[in-house]
Parts: sequence; structure tokens; C-alpha cells
Amino acid sequence: MQDVEPSAPSSVRTIDIINRRLNKRYRAEKRFKRLGLAAILSSLLFLGLLFTSIVSQGYSAFVQTYILLDIHFSRDAFDVSNLAGADYNGLIRKSLQSLFPEVRDRQEKRMLNGLVSSGAPFQIQKMVMSDTSMIGSTRSVWVPADDDVDMLMKGRIDRSAPEAERRLKDVQLGWIDGLRGDLRLKKKFNRIFFTSGDSREPELAGILGATMGSMYTLIVTLLLSFPVGVASAIYLEEFAPRNKWVDLIEVNINNLAAVPSIVFGLLGLAVFLNFFGLPRSAPLVGGLVLTLMTLPTIIIASRVSIQSVPPSIREAALGVGASKMQTVFHHVMPLAIPGMLTGTIIGMARALGESAPLLMIGMVAFIVDPPGGILEPATVLPVQIYLWADSPERAFVERTSAAIIVLLAFLMVMNAAAVFLRSRFERRW
Amino acid sequence: MNKMVRMEDNPVSREDRRTVGKPFSGSPRMICRNVNVFYGDKQAIQEVSIDIGRNEVLAMIGPSGCGKSTFLRCLNRMNDTIDNCRVTGEIRLDDMDIYDRKVDVVPLRARIGMVFQKPNPFPKSIYDNVAYGPKIHGLASTRRELDEIVETSLTKAGLWDEVKERLAQPGTGLSGGQQQRLCIARAIAVSPEVILMDEPCSALDPIATATIEELINELRTQYTIVIVTHNMQQAARVSQRTAYFHLGDLIEVGSTKRIFTNPIHPLTEDYITGRFG
Ligand SMILES: Nc1ncnc2c1ncn2[C@@H]1O[C@H](COP(=O)(O)OP(=O)(O)O)[C@@H](O)[C@H]1O
Ligand SMILES: [Mg+2]
Repeated sequence: MQDVEPSAPSSVRTIDIINRRLNKRYRAEKRFKRLGLAAILSSLLFLGLLFTSIVSQGYSAFVQTYILLDIHFSRDAFDVSNLAGADYNGLIRKSLQSLFPEVRDRQEKRMLNGLVSSGAPFQIQKMVMSDTSMIGSTRSVWVPADDDVDMLMKGRIDRSAPEAERRLKDVQLGWIDGLRGDLRLKKKFNRIFFTSGDSREPELAGILGATMGSMYTLIVTLLLSFPVGVASAIYLEEFAPRNKWVDLIEVNINNLAAVPSIVFGLLGLAVFLNFFGLPRSAPLVGGLVLTLMTLPTIIIASRVSIQSVPPSIREAALGVGASKMQTVFHHVMPLAIPGMLTGTIIGMARALGESAPLLMIGMVAFIVDPPGGILEPATVLPVQIYLWADSPERAFVERTSAAIIVLLAFLMVMNAAAVFLRSRFERRW
Repeated sequence: MNKMVRMEDNPVSREDRRTVGKPFSGSPRMICRNVNVFYGDKQAIQEVSIDIGRNEVLAMIGPSGCGKSTFLRCLNRMNDTIDNCRVTGEIRLDDMDIYDRKVDVVPLRARIGMVFQKPNPFPKSIYDNVAYGPKIHGLASTRRELDEIVETSLTKAGLWDEVKERLAQPGTGLSGGQQQRLCIARAIAVSPEVILMDEPCSALDPIATATIEELINELRTQYTIVIVTHNMQQAARVSQRTAYFHLGDLIEVGSTKRIFTNPIHPLTEDYITGRFG
């Protein structure tokens, strides 16, 4: 410090002042870092809690209890010209009877039959119709158990509760234990959950219907909102004249992004259903409504990514004689596409999780058959979750969580797609 | 206010903003008469009249913000892209009034190329950078022809030997000086008649600058070049004629040698002797 110019004394004082404050500055920095870390950790903790609770509730829905029955397809039970009319229920009842011949009482018989799902006859019927050669033989068939049996097997029914408060009575517990001892009761992968639509019976309810509904709805949304959104963004950014009409449009696009989604549902109800007479509950209408909701997001994201393309690239293209159109499509678009895709997928993810506007246009109906197209009645995953969460049966609780797991998996796949597409498009440059 | 051009030799007052020297030439490639440029209400260029000769390098110098870039961008109508910019007066390329309603800017910009202050290669391969112009104008019908155009343009820009092994690599991966030469190659790939350069070396180091200056000297035999520079030594090295701008006025035009040794206008003298700028 001493070997500097005559002004040294004053510069020494300056450095003292700086040093004195230095500690305070570092402390503030440390404090800030710790706060940030704490914020991230607590959000991770909540995320972990959320996932743990959903997964621990829902994982058991991916397996389902089945009962092994020896069913005798006796010839006199079938009329070959009317296979569908046969008494499949009776076949099941008979095979149960042969397992527990001691059950005589009618009341008890009904309780015994209640152990098997009411969907089992349909399964048997399908089997027979696809392979008539089994008529006359006896086959061992795994049929789904009733949801109460399933819940008991998964430990969600308390055996020690007083009989009157229990869904399964003491005799039933006895039979179940008997079946278990004979290895006739087993938890298997729950194919039904992934291959069927909704049902009043939890053991027969699946998410295929809702998943298909969500897919059709999202496809409609994507096909409409991506081209329209990107084209609007390009027009507004690159071609629109600067005047008060365009300003008005811009302000309104920003306003639309903030409109609560249920309002779009009301709009869809009034316009698409009541005015245009499109079919109620159809993915087409759901897609239209979600398009209205997603468009502002896509337009805003696309405009931002167009704006972030450096003007020097535009000048370079114009400078060699590219037309406006060529400049936009050869140079601006390729650079803006990753941002546009990100915006679109964020919008799509929001649309996938949306339920309120779809309730308005009737996508909340109880629909058993998975939709085969965009005009057939359907529901979507979040609405299905809402419906199941509202059902009283104990077995729907785990199905609700399982459906949430499926929805989250879809969201993760979509986000992964966004990341993948972005990196792919960026690598080209 | 139609400004006359002074010709007589008696001393010029500092306040006189009429153009002195020799703004006109015998066989001009471009003719500019009474050009005014406005940004909204603000006038950036006032009544500029000047000729740009064939196969000459015209340097435009002047303090920052005096309107050099603005005027340069009038010459290929790049100012069209600025919303509130308005140009009046007459600018001709040979016999064509480039601000005529019927003139299409696309072929015009193919005839009058431009190199910008900051090297701005497209984020594409070196090859595609040069090939882009010929492609959109349909100058090559086969891949061979296109390859040839790319090679000659890169050779003329003095870049061929440095990049011929890596034409497929991105142009943005080159050094600053190489990028600027790539931009020059991109401009000459469409065989323009005039090349406009807006401070092409201001972002480059001295060695890259020297390379580009040499290149400009060689290109002069085939192209008419207008170069904006804030570097007076550069103007002296590369140009035959020099135009001095001051706050939107064209103050003095003359042979570069004369301007730098014997300026007529006191403002020009102030600027080249370093008293102003
Ligand atoms: N896009 C624009 N909008 C409004 N004013 C501008 C614009 N570009 C340049 N100007 C103004 O025009 C004048 C000349 O600018 P410019 O031509 O860039 O000067 P130079 O290139 O000589 O430094 C400056 O006063 C500048 O502020
Ligand atoms: Mg400039």
C-alpha cells in the first residue's frame, strides 16, 4: 500500500471501508443461498410426499384378485344358434357350488356367488364365443373376484372389525380362506384396468376409455392450436402493420391467456353445442374448447421465440435478396421452432390436465365403451379421476390414485418429448 | 430548401452545410439526388446528392450518429424494413429509379449486396451460407453449378483455402474475421454490381482487418463498393473517393487523397485532424 502515489492515505481508507462492509456482503450472499436451497428442498419434499402418497395408494390397483374356477361347459347348457343367450351366470354358480357343496341356504348361496365379480359371466361368454370347441369340456378359468374380496386380499378390509360393520361376513371370510388354501385365489396383473372403460363395479373399471378420450381430445387440440397459433404469431410479429387494431388484438390475446378455463367451457357449450349443434361429450368439442384455451399460450410463446431471433439474421437474409416470406420460413422459423414447440407442449400439458371446461360440454358422462373416434361420447383422464374420487366404493380409491399415476406418466412423456424435440432441433444449428 | 452544390474555391464558413468538393462523376453507377431520410418526425439525412462511380471504392466517414448507416441503407432499400422510416428524393442504379413503385426490392438487393457491421452468418453450414443467395434466386440449375459458385465466391473472398475442408461445418464456428469474409462471399455469390459495407471491420482485430482491406482492394476491379468506416486510416487505405457526413448533411466529397491532405470545409478539417468526432 505504501509504494503507490501520494494519494495513498485516502486509498487505504477506501480499502478499509470496503473491507468492513465485505463481511456483511458475504453474509447476505450466504443467507440468500441458504434460503434458496431451503425453498428447493421443501418443494422437493412436498413433491416427494405427493408422489409417495399417490403411488402408495395407487400401486395396488395394478394387480387384481382372480379366482380359479373349474367350469363345466355342459352340452345341454348351450344352444349353438344362440350362444350369447346361454346362462353363463349359472355355469359360474354351479362351479362355485361344486367347490363348496356344503352351502345349501339360499341366502348363503347368494353370498357365495357374490365372491365372483359380476363381470365374470361376460368373460366366460367371450371365451366360449371365440372358441366353441370348449363346449362339452371342463376348463379351469381365472375370473376376476369381487372388489370386496380384492380389498380383503390387499389388506384394505379389517378382519377384526365387528361383523355387522364389515363388507364381508364371517362365512365369506371362511370361504375365502378355503379358496386361498387351495391356491384358487391369486393376485395377478390387472389387465382389465388398462383394457376397459368405466364401470360401476370397481374390479371391472378401467382407464382405457378415458385415455382414448384424452388422446382424441389432445389430437384435435394439437392439430388446431399448433398451426393456428404459430401462424398467428408469425403474422403478428412479421407481417402485421403497426396500428391500433393490431394493438387491440395483442392486448386481447394476452387477456385471453388469463381467462379462467371454465369460461371457455361455457363458451363451448353456447357456441359449439347449442349453436353449431355438435355432439355432446365428443372429443371434437373438447378439443375445440381446449384449443381456445391453449391458443393464447401458444401464440405468446411463439411470439417470444420469434422476437428472440436476432435481427441480424433477418438483415442478412434480406440483404442477399430473400423475400419477407423466405426470410421468415428459411431463417426465423428454424431458430424459433424450439421455443414454439416448448410453448405448445406446455399448452398441451395444461390441456391434458384440464377438467373444468370439459364438464361444461358433457364430457363428464358415465361412458362404458372406449370412444372409437372424435365424434363418439368420451370422457378424459382428469374427469375420470374426478368421477372415481367421487365414488363410495373402497376399491375406487386405489383406482383413482392409479389413474393419477397414469396421468402423471403421460405428462412426463410429454415433457420428455418437449425436451427431446428441442434438443433435436437445436442440434441442427 | 433545395440545396445547391458549391463549386467555387473561396473559403467556406463553418456554418455552411452545402456540399463542397466533387460529389458528381462522369459515368456513375449510382446517382443520388436530394435524398432526405426521416425516422418518424426526426430527419436523419438532409438533401444529400452524390454520385457513386463505377469500380470505385467510396468511403463514407463522419462522427457517430451522422447518418452514414442510414444513407447506406437507402442504397439497397434496407430502410424499408424499419417501420417509421421514410425516404424522399431520387436514387438511381444505372437507369432505374430504385424507389419507383414498380421496383421489386428482391432483385434489387441481388444487384446491390450488403455486408453488415457485425458478422452475421446464418446458423447453417459454410456451404449453405454462400449457396443460399444463388439458391433462392435460381442462379444455379445443378448441384455442380452451385458448387462452382460457392467455390468462386469463397475464393474471391479469400476464404476458400481456409474452409474447403470443412464446408459442412457451421459458419458460426469460424473466427470473427473469417465470418466477415464468409459474409462477403455470401454477398458476392449472387453477383451483385454494388456492394455496401457498413463498418465491416469494426468488430475485428487488426490482422483480420488488414485481410479484409486487401480483399476490398481486389474486389474493386469487379464491383462498385461503398464502405462506411469510422476509421480514417482505413478510408485512406481502401478508398478512391471519400464523403464526409456531419449531422445528416453531406459536407464534402472528393478524392480520398485530396480530402485527407487538403480538406476544403472547416468541419471536414476538424474531423480528419481529430478535433471532432
Ligand atoms: N431505427 C431508427 N429509428 C430512429 N432513429 C434512428 C434509427 N436508426 C438511426 N436513427 C438515428 O438516425 C441518426 C443516424 O444514425 P446512423 O445512420 O446509425 O448513424 P451512423 O451510422 O453515422 O453512426 C442517429 O441520430 C440515430 O439516432
Ligand atoms: Mg452506423
